[in-house]
Amino acid sequence: MNSKTDSSIISSPVDYGAVPDARGHFGPYGGRFVAETLISALDDLQALYLKLKDDASFQQEFDKDLAHYVGRPSPVYHAERWSKQLGGAQIYLKREDLNHTGAHKINNTVGQALLAKFMGKPRVIAETGAGQHGVATATIAARFGMECQVFMGEEDVHRQSLNVYRMKLLGAEVIPVKSGSRTLKDAMNEALRDWVTNVDNTFYIIGTVAGPAPYPQLVRDFQSVIGREARQQMIDRTGRLPDALVACVGGGSNAIGLFHPMLEDASVAMYGVEAGGFGLETGKHAAPLSDGRPGILHGNRTYLMEDEGGQIIETHSISAGLDYPGVGPEHSWLKDLGRVNYVAVNDDEAMDAFRTLTQIEGIMPALETSHALAYAAKLATTMDKDQTIMVNLSGRGDKDILTVAELDGITL
Amino acid sequence: MSRIKATLANLKSTNRKAIIPYIVAGDPEPEATVTLMHALVDAGADIIELGVPFSDPMAEGPVIQLAHERALVHHVSLTHVLQMVSVFRETNQQTPLVLMGYANPIEAMGYVAFAQQAANAGVDGVLTVDMPPEEIGDLGSLLIEQDIDSILLISPTTSPDRIEKICAKASGYIYYVSLKGVTGAGNLNVPEVAAQVGLIRQCTSLPICVGFGIKDAASAKSVAGIADGVVVGSVLVSNIAAAAEQQMPGDLNVTALGEIVAKLVKDISVGANSVE
Repeated sequence: MNSKTDSSIISSPVDYGAVPDARGHFGPYGGRFVAETLISALDDLQALYLKLKDDASFQQEFDKDLAHYVGRPSPVYHAERWSKQLGGAQIYLKREDLNHTGAHKINNTVGQALLAKFMGKPRVIAETGAGQHGVATATIAARFGMECQVFMGEEDVHRQSLNVYRMKLLGAEVIPVKSGSRTLKDAMNEALRDWVTNVDNTFYIIGTVAGPAPYPQLVRDFQSVIGREARQQMIDRTGRLPDALVACVGGGSNAIGLFHPMLEDASVAMYGVEAGGFGLETGKHAAPLSDGRPGILHGNRTYLMEDEGGQIIETHSISAGLDYPGVGPEHSWLKDLGRVNYVAVNDDEAMDAFRTLTQIEGIMPALETSHALAYAAKLATTMDKDQTIMVNLSGRGDKDILTVAELDGITL
Repeated sequence: MSRIKATLANLKSTNRKAIIPYIVAGDPEPEATVTLMHALVDAGADIIELGVPFSDPMAEGPVIQLAHERALVHHVSLTHVLQMVSVFRETNQQTPLVLMGYANPIEAMGYVAFAQQAANAGVDGVLTVDMPPEEIGDLGSLLIEQDIDSILLISPTTSPDRIEKICAKASGYIYYVSLKGVTGAGNLNVPEVAAQVGLIRQCTSLPICVGFGIKDAASAKSVAGIADGVVVGSVLVSNIAAAAEQQMPGDLNVTALGEIVAKLVKDISVGANSVE
């Protein structure tokens, strides 16, 4: 097995269930770095969430929606042909792409929309990069009859026109954000500005495990259904836990969802795969854990892509959903602890994995997910045939076909 | 006695309101900033809030966002801003200066280095928009050691309990954010401001300066009836931007920009000090 997995053996036991603390800190990371106007809304949200978290009727309603609306549990698929071709470990795919709306994002939006309903907020807002979280939010807003506005960087509006149209069909208004680099980070700035202004009637559905406390915690908890299911499914299928988990990391919600329920299973190695863009050495990437340093953005302290003076720098990734200069604070903490290995995969490698999985298994993954697949392929060849890797197949690739066609020089 | 404290005490004893203009350092060009600061003082500014450019100014409306972007085109960093303060201090030792910005540039410089360098440059107060008192950590005490005031925000949504906690940690003055929104918003509600300022007065004897939503003599007057000072930002920044756009690129007439902000500050000052 890969020598990197040694770092998963931790000398002193860490209580992974004890984070965040009452103020939303994961070690030195996380917290609540926002303008004063938002503090009371975050206090209210945290108080409600901590109450409902252990409330049986809330959990029942959440579980019911996950089963009958989202379509859970999502299957685990053994990618036998691909594993055989690679000649190493057996790769299993956690099929979050089969969820309603085509990605893991819906797990979290169902949970947060239920919180919005409990708080009596008639309006929800969201930021989106690839558009998957925007679509998931627009979907749940349609179902609950809530007004919905989605902030999306102008750049991403062009890259992800199919998802923009889906959101409009669902009744949401998509607001192109023209400030800064016109991508996901700017969409999040604009959503925060809207929330400050409309804090009385609006619930901000954050799509990833970043942002001010309590968001990193509640998004993690809502997404942890992925890892809880996967853990049991692997035991049922193979009689034991997987040897390694692999997931892509932008903000990191699908990764934390898969990892969190298995953090205490010391035998399970974990790999978070960041967007290496044109290559880490070029500086044009979106891999703060691999090549960034801690700072403060969007309400939390975490690893960031920034210049010497603390200005956030523009990121690059072929996948809009990973094109973000920060990462969830729990990932920063897990990196420092050495519990999770964070690695990066370039645009080209991700594209190869996209094509491979599509052609060998008949599963078209999202470009975000393709980063995880590319790393899993490398990892598999370093492992034995009787070992297993579980990859979070976080989303389907239909939304990316225009990007792929463009790379192929084809106009659809 | 700190410059901020002395200035505000002096104004109070003469029954005048503090006029606090805000501009973004490096906007529209780095060379303009110190000249504009002197023009503000000459026009009657009692304290200057100097915005530190940041790539992601999440509490700002479009006008001030663009000012941050213009400054960043010239790569204006926190280090540059402190250099501007030093240059300003060569000819002005009286006017208090408050840096207003976001946490990350300070985080990148390091709290110890920042507190020392800010003190050396002649900074009197620091207001970090996205650093509520719970998160201020060592920075608060490091600033106090350097006799720099830690200016904290209170907003319309701040609960009475929290107002008490914030007042206990604040120094210099309380910055009351007059509305729910970003800078430059127009929905000022004076009775609401009065109610919340009344609550703050029960917790502290610090002067209370009000910002957000003040754009002319009339709005300055209505807020000055309640507060000890008014902060005015977006209207200055938008006028600077509009005037700069009319000028030849690369050949900025900074004196003309100074005259424009001076006129606006004088109007605001007349409005704020016309309260019966």
